Amino acid sequence: MKNGRLRKRASAVALNVFIAALAILWLVPVFWLVLSSFRAEQGAYTPYLWPKGFTVDNYIRLFTNRKLFDFPRWFGNTLLVAGCSCAITTILTLMVAYVYSRLRFPSRRFLMNASLVLGMFPGFMSIIAIYHFMKAVNLDQTLLALILVYSGGAALNYYIAKGYFDTIPKSLDEAAILDGASNSTIFWKIILPNSKPVIATTAINAFINPIVDYIFVSVIMKDNYNNFTVSKGLYTMVDKTNIYEYYTVFCAGAVIVAIPVVLLFIRMQKYYVAGVVGGSVKG
Amino acid sequence: MRRKNRPSALFSAAAKGSIWTRLSFLVMGAGCVRYKQYARGLIYVLTEIGFFYFFGSFALPYLSKLNTLGTEAQKKVWNEELQIFQRFPGDNSMLILLYSVPSLAVVIVFVYIWYSNIRDSWNAQQCTEQGRRVDGFRDDLKSLTHERFHVTLLAMPMLTLVLFTLLPIIFMILIAFTNFDADHQPPGNLFTWVGMTNVTDIFLGNEIKTHTFFGLLGWTIVWAILATFTNYILGMLLAVAINNKMVKLKQVWRTCFIIAIAIPQFVSLLLISRALEPAGAVNVLLQKLGLISQPLPFLLDPTLARIVVVVVNMWIGIPYTMMTFSGVLMNIPAELYESAEIDGAGPIKKFTSITLPYMIFVTAPATITTFVTNFNNFNVIYLLTAGGPFSLDYYQAGKTDLLVTWLYKLTVNRNDYSLASTIGIFIFVLVSTCSLFVYNRIGAVRKEDQFQ
Repeated sequence: MKNGRLRKRASAVALNVFIAALAILWLVPVFWLVLSSFRAEQGAYTPYLWPKGFTVDNYIRLFTNRKLFDFPRWFGNTLLVAGCSCAITTILTLMVAYVYSRLRFPSRRFLMNASLVLGMFPGFMSIIAIYHFMKAVNLDQTLLALILVYSGGAALNYYIAKGYFDTIPKSLDEAAILDGASNSTIFWKIILPNSKPVIATTAINAFINPIVDYIFVSVIMKDNYNNFTVSKGLYTMVDKTNIYEYYTVFCAGAVIVAIPVVLLFIRMQKYYVAGVVGGSVKG
Repeated sequence: MRRKNRPSALFSAAAKGSIWTRLSFLVMGAGCVRYKQYARGLIYVLTEIGFFYFFGSFALPYLSKLNTLGTEAQKKVWNEELQIFQRFPGDNSMLILLYSVPSLAVVIVFVYIWYSNIRDSWNAQQCTEQGRRVDGFRDDLKSLTHERFHVTLLAMPMLTLVLFTLLPIIFMILIAFTNFDADHQPPGNLFTWVGMTNVTDIFLGNEIKTHTFFGLLGWTIVWAILATFTNYILGMLLAVAINNKMVKLKQVWRTCFIIAIAIPQFVSLLLISRALEPAGAVNVLLQKLGLISQPLPFLLDPTLARIVVVVVNMWIGIPYTMMTFSGVLMNIPAELYESAEIDGAGPIKKFTSITLPYMIFVTAPATITTFVTNFNNFNVIYLLTAGGPFSLDYYQAGKTDLLVTWLYKLTVNRNDYSLASTIGIFIFVLVSTCSLFVYNRIGAVRKEDQFQ
């Protein structure tokens, strides 16, 4: 009896230690990033692991040394683009999700299937065409083009919100209809106020996307340095000519960008599951 | 009045319509005005005027050249008098194609509006003849908040969808049938239709392109399978392990893993790729520990680089799967376990006959999505190895390049748009047929309606 309890205790300790070890392993790059951002010596590669000296100079240079790399400006650009595209995306996504979840009309199935199929094209392909179109109307390399690119796919990413709307009891709608409410009233007065978590998730997702994206911004902006977002901007710090001098500054910038993203991500994670598994959980 | 939507209205209206309804075939909105739908009639007639103005002044010059994509390139001619080169603007294949696609879309929309104009007139005429009330403009507006609320809500999203997804895709599909590449850059050099040349180039004609394509296709499939299933299985095990009753501080551990993936990938992957270089931190560490004497060429050796991308992808992907499965585990109905315990099932039996089937069932559709995402996993490959090590027996590609990163390089570095579009279409065909096939087999999607 005692032996059994002991063995159980040993396996509990082993399991906890194992998971802790994995968690640490996963955090190593994060730790490495923070460590490098405070490193006093320059350079991307050091023949030792622990920095010889620590400094906050990298953070100061990031914000004050604006001649070559204008981080504050990029940060402003990013906030603007992320904010606008977040607002547009959230509104469009919620509208589409509500329609597919609640309303029934002849072309509903067709539209949903068409969305599914369109979503399977490599998103990058449409970006090239959009770039050429923006160029033709003299909008290429502008922040507006970037906002439009990030919000353009909103109508395809309705799955999380739809899954959530599906869980709101239909009896609420029916009661409202009996009281003489129209579908419009139901949407604004019943569905939306009851969907705060999914509105938050959609908004957070839409806000993070422009911050962490690197591909779209490099296709749209090419070399228009002033309109870079942080990801594209930080990347120019670590190209071959600048990496030695600016690697630690890059790390500092990356930490600044990562902090809000991490906080938003943690807040969002509890709704992540609902989105991935969608309506099938209820089956 | 519920408006009926059937093409036969066109024939009935032509055969039995009043003079006004018939006039609507030419002058849009005529019938509506006759049957007192003034606002609607006005909108129709304005649409017609606007369309013909747009068509004549803007669309026609482009559409008329769509069959050749332009014949006169821009020319520079030496002007003796002024002693300068003068530019003579010519056609621009790019703009012809670029503006023709939306113009055609406008034409299609216009034809639909033209049809509804006749249908409306015909319906209104019938209503009037039968002595029923014809819906006024106010009724139309009101129906937009209830019976036809979907039209109101979908208008904007569908407009963005068409402008930023559908039309660009159609444009790129058309590009695949042209010779738009580095040697044919308008306005200096025009491109034109070449039929299936790009397709035959990839599949049988051009030796190096065929070799590159099939080489990368093979690796892309291997990569997608490895990336999906390593993450799926290990993420599931991790979730189950953390969910175990004996584990303390569950939420802390989960948060640790989530922090790791919340760091933007362009940061974490860049750090990792720097750390894996010959002078990078990993090699320094291994040398300090005395495990190796020479730096390992993690990203320079093809086989090693491929292993590295799969392993690094596990670092990124496992927390996601862990998050999913943690949520799924919490959602398993407790009754299932209780009844199993009554039947005398042990922990292993409970896992294999309840937990495992439930998790697989619930996540099956999501797994297909993951597979598709991995097939086109641009970030991990491009930010980690940039497709390298570069290979001379490939056309503009390296040994870890996926089809989608090859597509990127072809467009951004080489301006080889037509080849890139062909690859894009192929990726789409492959991915969509596979996933539609699996979706239908699972059937979960088909029952979507009944779950509510």
